[in-house]
Amino acid sequence: MSDKILMKGNEAIAEAAIRAGCTHFFGYPITPQNELPAYMAEKLPEQGGVFLQAESEVAAINMVYGASAAGARVMTSSSSPGISLKAEGISYIAGAELPCVIVNMVRAGPGLGGIGPSQSDYFQATKGMAHGDFRLAVLAPDSVQEAVDLTRQAFDIADKYRNPVMILGDGVIGQMMEPVEFKEIDSPELPEKDWIVDGAEGRERNIIHSLRLKTEDLTEHNWKLARKYEQMQEDEVRYEEKLMDDAEVAIVAYGTTARVVKTAIKEARAEGIKVGLIRPISLFPFPKKVIKKAAQQVDCFLTVEMSTGQMVEDVRLAVNGERSVAFYGSPGGAVPSPAEILVKLKEVME
Amino acid sequence: MEELAGRPKSLTEQEFHYCPGCTHGIVHRLVAEVIDELDIQEQTIGIAPVGCAVLAYDYFDLDMLEAAHGRPPAVATGIKRVHPDKVVFTYQGDGDYASIGTAESVHAASRGERITTVFINNAIYGMTGGQMAPTTLEGQKATTAPRGRDTKEAGFPLQMSEMLATLEGAVYVARVSVDTPQRIKQAKEAIKKAFKVQLKGLGYALVEVLSTCPTNWGLSPQQALDWLEDNMIPYYPLGELKSVGEVE
Repeated sequence: MSDKILMKGNEAIAEAAIRAGCTHFFGYPITPQNELPAYMAEKLPEQGGVFLQAESEVAAINMVYGASAAGARVMTSSSSPGISLKAEGISYIAGAELPCVIVNMVRAGPGLGGIGPSQSDYFQATKGMAHGDFRLAVLAPDSVQEAVDLTRQAFDIADKYRNPVMILGDGVIGQMMEPVEFKEIDSPELPEKDWIVDGAEGRERNIIHSLRLKTEDLTEHNWKLARKYEQMQEDEVRYEEKLMDDAEVAIVAYGTTARVVKTAIKEARAEGIKVGLIRPISLFPFPKKVIKKAAQQVDCFLTVEMSTGQMVEDVRLAVNGERSVAFYGSPGGAVPSPAEILVKLKEVME
Repeated sequence: MEELAGRPKSLTEQEFHYCPGCTHGIVHRLVAEVIDELDIQEQTIGIAPVGCAVLAYDYFDLDMLEAAHGRPPAVATGIKRVHPDKVVFTYQGDGDYASIGTAESVHAASRGERITTVFINNAIYGMTGGQMAPTTLEGQKATTAPRGRDTKEAGFPLQMSEMLATLEGAVYVARVSVDTPQRIKQAKEAIKKAFKVQLKGLGYALVEVLSTCPTNWGLSPQQALDWLEDNMIPYYPLGELKSVGEVE
């Protein structure tokens, strides 16, 4: 008998976080992620955890900083404008090498934008979150089940690398209801948290900081961070390939868009078009090797995003001029239809 | 031989970087003495601000954390919510506590977070070189108020203690000064009480400490002490604005 239950994405992520050992959640209301904090407010106290609605996104991420420094598994969630406010704190968290999980249910920007699903925060999530030389690990689910599975992995990655990890979804992933199963997973071996601040009882004191005034210290620290990100490139790349064996065209898409692309590919295949999908699941580290490899096989690429073109830059970097990379975008908060994608695909193949 | 005076256990051997005549060093010492006397060195976590006291984590021999500018009350909230049985304090200047971090200060107090704040008010930005602070007095000169603070343009100096004393969650609010030996003694009593309030789990405790900045005030250390007495205390009156009676 299946243990599947029907859940909204936002609530399923919250439940997955609690099952992953998340004991503390700090957040601030913003659409379209409100079910996530509400679920935490309901469930966390029952399990001896803490839910706290902060006075702002800025305060929330700094509470995360404190709770993580104190040794807890901690989460915050928000949507695009709120993530911009958290950016300062995320830079400090990365600089101080603290683990945490941040959920961004992206809405279309810039500014207040709209509340429709969007992928316009790809640059922010993978490259330009805030000041300084740092990266987040960024995981982009395309289903509620995958959101659940990645949430668990996100906490482990955060602890393994002592680095913030972002779950990047959108209103569709957050609001959609799908059957999910919470699988029992053994914890991987993780480094001991011997760096936390909890009162230096019977041990040397710990200091958590991002200030490094000596240039040689900061240089060494930044190279240390860079090596972590290189290690992620080795060990944390996640992607899905579909119908790529005989593909002459590869569509690259992630998250909600990839679901629509799968439908478009089915229709294209029915018409005899040999098209496959490469779906990055980890946006950082980006699956550049698989795209580079595909460039030896396919005639061209098409990248589809709910933006004016962000991930396409990483696809082009991976392809490195070997093949043409076309782009189709929907930047206003609307999910593109399979028919639109099919039209673009045919245009690209001409 | 009995040692009558010495370095508090809760201070490291690191020499302070503070300017001659700056009172940060006195306040650091008072906080460390209080922690020693309450015997809570191994259960206390301190949070340094951004400002002159950013390196406080080098001076307090405690588990320490450095926070972003103005965010210590939020960071302290996160720590305290994980370790409610530990003692958490923030040490912040006027730019940190009363300007860029006002929201965090007000809401931590309003929630009645069981944390203690030592708030240094020297009416100027020290580390960045003498700019106008939210607490800069009317007419007081600063690099960004070269003709003196004009309240028509720059508004009025913020009385944080009076403001926070109106909040239910702030159970202990005191303003002290460290410009005379007698006031230093009173300041220590207030800081001790603010830690005891936390140990009793009563709510948020704030001690505002009027402090000098001879370097950026353009005065000698002695002149700075006089200036504090003559100008700051009339606008920032000393005393317990809100108290809980005796805390043992």
